[in-house]
Amino acid sequence: MGISVSNISKSYKDVKALQNISFEVKPNELFGLIGPDGAGKTTLFRILTTLLIANEGEATVAGLDVLKDFKEIRKHVGYMPGRFSLYQDLTIEENLNFFATIFGTSIEENYDLIKDIYVQIEPFKDRRAGKLSGGMKQKLALSCALIHKPKVLFLDEPTTGVDPVSRKEFWEMLKRLQQKGITILVSTPYMDEAALCDRIALIQDGEILQIDTPENIVKQYPKTIYDVSANNMYQLINSLKAYQHKHSVYPFGEFVHYTDTRSDFNPKELKTYLEAQNLSNISIERTQATIEDSFMELAK
Amino acid sequence: MKRFIGFITKEFYHIFRDRRSLFILFGMPIVQILLFGFAITNEINNVDIAILDHSKDATTKEIINKISASKYFSIKQLIEREDDIEAVFKKGKVKAVLNFEKDFSKNLVKDHKATVQIITDATDPNTANTISNYVSSILQKYQQEQNKAIKINYIIVPQPRMVYNPELKSVYMFVPGVMTIILMLVSAMMTSISITREKELGTMEILLVSPIKPFQVIIGKVFPYIFLSIINAIVIVLLSIFIFKMPVQGSLFLLGVESVLFIISALALGILISTISATQQTAMMISLMGLMLPVILLSGFIFPISSMPLPLQIISNAIPAKWFIIILKGIMLKGVGLQFIWKETLILLGMTVFFIGLSVKKYKIRLE
Repeated sequence: MGISVSNISKSYKDVKALQNISFEVKPNELFGLIGPDGAGKTTLFRILTTLLIANEGEATVAGLDVLKDFKEIRKHVGYMPGRFSLYQDLTIEENLNFFATIFGTSIEENYDLIKDIYVQIEPFKDRRAGKLSGGMKQKLALSCALIHKPKVLFLDEPTTGVDPVSRKEFWEMLKRLQQKGITILVSTPYMDEAALCDRIALIQDGEILQIDTPENIVKQYPKTIYDVSANNMYQLINSLKAYQHKHSVYPFGEFVHYTDTRSDFNPKELKTYLEAQNLSNISIERTQATIEDSFMELAK
Repeated sequence: MKRFIGFITKEFYHIFRDRRSLFILFGMPIVQILLFGFAITNEINNVDIAILDHSKDATTKEIINKISASKYFSIKQLIEREDDIEAVFKKGKVKAVLNFEKDFSKNLVKDHKATVQIITDATDPNTANTISNYVSSILQKYQQEQNKAIKINYIIVPQPRMVYNPELKSVYMFVPGVMTIILMLVSAMMTSISITREKELGTMEILLVSPIKPFQVIIGKVFPYIFLSIINAIVIVLLSIFIFKMPVQGSLFLLGVESVLFIISALALGILISTISATQQTAMMISLMGLMLPVILLSGFIFPISSMPLPLQIISNAIPAKWFIIILKGIMLKGVGLQFIWKETLILLGMTVFFIGLSVKKYKIRLE
């Protein structure tokens, strides 16, 4: 009853949006699609929600074929598009009521499913959706997507444009929904959110780079990563990039993540090099790889 | 059914919460009908003219008095020399000059013939024509009165009688036209905009991924506008009856049924437009350029179809508004029943069915 995608390809005129994508989402799994803007995440969502037809390949959602059984799928999935897509001139309550009615249900019937989310916006239920903050809009959109108790929930970049606190709350809600037996496919450009999924697929330029649990993806990172910092960040990056043995250099918060091509890399050597470049306060420490590092390495 | 009612309720929220569309819906019909009724008119009233009287005798005085006594003309200026004619026209003060020849009375008695020249400012050809006709008819009337005394063997007296609109009120002509335009505009433009708005705001995406069926969306979109358009039609008819004293000779019920038919055909056109346009702006442009202009220019509302070049006459047949205007004029002015307009009704019905079929077929169940 999960999702199964096999060899899906989709192009728009000359642009190949998806190339030979295959993956499985197990029932009751929280599966993440991680990739930058333009990777093809939205196209994949639209194919799975029966809004677009793939050029090649097959896919099933909750055991139903996206092409043949599209009418049936539309009854059983919840979809939250990337852009806020509710009626701005309707109030919170009217929006929720409307979506409940067109799915042939009522707010009361499935109230327990949305309760955790809806109680937070219920005090503003007479406010028009267009006047809500980003976090509130997102909670309302999720409530509307859930009101008919879907078997599978599709969330396309639900946390884009949402403040960090609401983002954290949102992921806690997703975990709770998963416990209620809903299969969830979520996409995000934020690598830190990837770690909260059961399994993730890293996607770039329409191709899947890797599919695994977040832990395994990090574990498979082939190199040793060093956190490098110095008094001048900009110059540090330039110097590291100019270093002859560098493998990768990525700014990462207040540090630069550095990997070396040699297996017998000695940090002292690098320090001497950096000092020669007029940098001071240099620190080089070993650190753990993150999903972002894995993604950058795979996307190379 | 609950689904359907929910959808319609939502549509009414949209309409009543958007001031602009409310204004278009209810403000515009009233403004347009009043504008066309009062301001835009083919009739002439109190046209300023000048007189150049070379003879200044009893006959010319009498004629001038007759002319100034009519409500159509008011004599603005008396000029003395031929050269002044050009000058008064250039100043734009008068629309026409009457030039009586020298010894008018004398010539009339002696030669049984005298001339008065009617010079009109033809920068506005219609008005010039009308003025010249009106003056001629006043002169003719005067002549007939004079001739009563004299016995003439043969005389042909034309007796024109204008039926259905004896006072030649232009409002009689405008009301059916304006009603057609407004029903077209409200129905086609508003529905096409309201459907494309869902596309533009992304809500169509969610509607598609739901069990609601295409025809439910279409009917749900159309229903509120049928209702509002009927109210509009009633307002227009009431305005024309009570403000412009326009008679409705035929059956009000038939008028209502035909209006509903036309409204539905316009709504179907609106849906069709929404299926080919991606944004509200495109939908509005197509509605205005593609529907409004043909309705105004080719429906016979302002310009008579019979005087159009043949290709345009043929094209005009494809415009639903043409048939509706014929029907409206028939019912309102001539008081005819269905037996005289069944052909037009059938054409309109055919067009409606065709548009509905096409728009349901073109309605996209997916995003592309």
